[in-house]
Amino acid sequence: MLDPGLSRLRPTPSATSEAPTKITVRDLVVHYGGARALDSVSLDIPAHRVTALIGPSGCGKSTFLRCLNRMNDHIPGARVTGQVTIDGDPIYGADVDPVALRRRVGMVFQKSNPFPKSIFDNVAFGPRVHGERDRARLGEIVERTLRQAALWDEVQERLDASALELSGGQQQRLCIARALAVEPEVVLMDEPASALDPIATAKIEELIHELKNAYTIVIVTHNMQQAARVSDLTAYFYLGRLIEYGPTERLFTNPGRPETEDYITGRFG
Amino acid sequence: MTATYRRRRRVERLMFGATAAATVTTLGVLVFLLGYLAWQGASSLTWSFLTALPAPVGEPGGGMANAIVGSAKLLFVAALVGIPVGFLGGVYLAEYGRGAVADWVRYAADVLNGVPSIVIGITVYALVVIPVGHFSTLAGGLALGLMMIPVALRATEEFLRLVPDSLREAALALGAPRWVAIVRVVIPAASRGIATGLLLSLARVAGETAPLLFTALNNRFWSPGWSQPTASLPVMIFTYAIAPYEEWHQQAWAAGLVLLTLVLGTNVAARLLLRGGAIGSA
Repeated sequence: MLDPGLSRLRPTPSATSEAPTKITVRDLVVHYGGARALDSVSLDIPAHRVTALIGPSGCGKSTFLRCLNRMNDHIPGARVTGQVTIDGDPIYGADVDPVALRRRVGMVFQKSNPFPKSIFDNVAFGPRVHGERDRARLGEIVERTLRQAALWDEVQERLDASALELSGGQQQRLCIARALAVEPEVVLMDEPASALDPIATAKIEELIHELKNAYTIVIVTHNMQQAARVSDLTAYFYLGRLIEYGPTERLFTNPGRPETEDYITGRFG
Repeated sequence: MTATYRRRRRVERLMFGATAAATVTTLGVLVFLLGYLAWQGASSLTWSFLTALPAPVGEPGGGMANAIVGSAKLLFVAALVGIPVGFLGGVYLAEYGRGAVADWVRYAADVLNGVPSIVIGITVYALVVIPVGHFSTLAGGLALGLMMIPVALRATEEFLRLVPDSLREAALALGAPRWVAIVRVVIPAASRGIATGLLLSLARVAGETAPLLFTALNNRFWSPGWSQPTASLPVMIFTYAIAPYEEWHQQAWAAGLVLLTLVLGTNVAARLLLRGGAIGSA
């Protein structure tokens, strides 16, 4: 049995010294039906950094990620307790509208999920939902976000083509552009490159590097090399608990916990 | 070893033969039906059959224009009743339906689907025709519409369920409220499938006779407006087929051919619609 106190880890000052805390999580517990998926997790996620969540399948990292934009609200039987604040605003308060929250916290999913609509309509979906009707303004947003997602050059000639005609890697970048179009502050990524080939993966990783200047990024990944490459901070989850959290470089070169070392060196998982 | 293989080959041949026979029988019934109807009905299927009113007994010629228009009006009323209820009910079941209430709605739809059509007819007769005092297009359309509801509802639900949850999540994660996600993403993604299902539910009731006997009755003349008894193709076929006049029998065949062509045409249209769809064909 692990010491419960270990779940209350915070990154060492050096990794966050220049970065204010964006998201604060305290004693977060998630049940699915009777099963406890996440056990009293507390951590601070700094602004304009990439924070990676790693751990074996079923360790709770995706569950944790989905707590940050309240996507678990839609899973029948899911129960969330504890506190999560973004810029000090509690997001699980009774008066918080999850719809408004998701405008601040965007999400990119494991499997690219473009709508069966045109490329333009995919990116413009979020702004339209939030009331933007002006075609010219929408056009600007679409171009800006497609450029941010490094997709503009490949699709600018065919914005009216169906998004389903794009390749897997292009679809995922389209989904990133679509998430950016609502101008979120935080972007959650749930294994965004796990279904992609190495070249497409490299593009997504490059993109993550670019995006952290403007956004706070939390990424779940199964791929430890990827975590090492893209993230500033890494949190290791196991069996629903946060085992270790710290600067990526330190965690990978000098893990503080034997469980972390076992996982990172591939002794299990 | 070889004995086992030989036995397996025998079983394989036997089963293949059985499935092939079943396929041929199914196709054969359809082809025979179409061919026989065409053979019997084509001779009476003249232009005046489609445009003229029924002729008095003993007088040659005449047509069923009033029955064709009557059927169209009945189906229009049926669609007004069946499609909104079936469609919205299907959306509820697929998108919001959880727990006991949804299970009961689903179960009720299945039971309603199994209710004999004559019972639907007599119910509408008791609830509408008797209080109002006469048969009407509206009563007939209502009976057909009630029969459409369970088919339209389950079809809508099934096609909405084919829409992957990842699309719903994508819309929600962009800050769309639930109903916006449903209206702008989920329903459009399933729209071709749903349209197909609704069209098929309409085709399914187009040939119903029993519910019309007590509700729309029949009419040898044009039925003005919506509150008069009206002719319809199925009831005309029934009436003409059991009449003692050879000429009427021929006209019943022609009416059967017209009805089958319309239903078959609807089915083919629905299939073509589905083939171009994003979901349901993939």
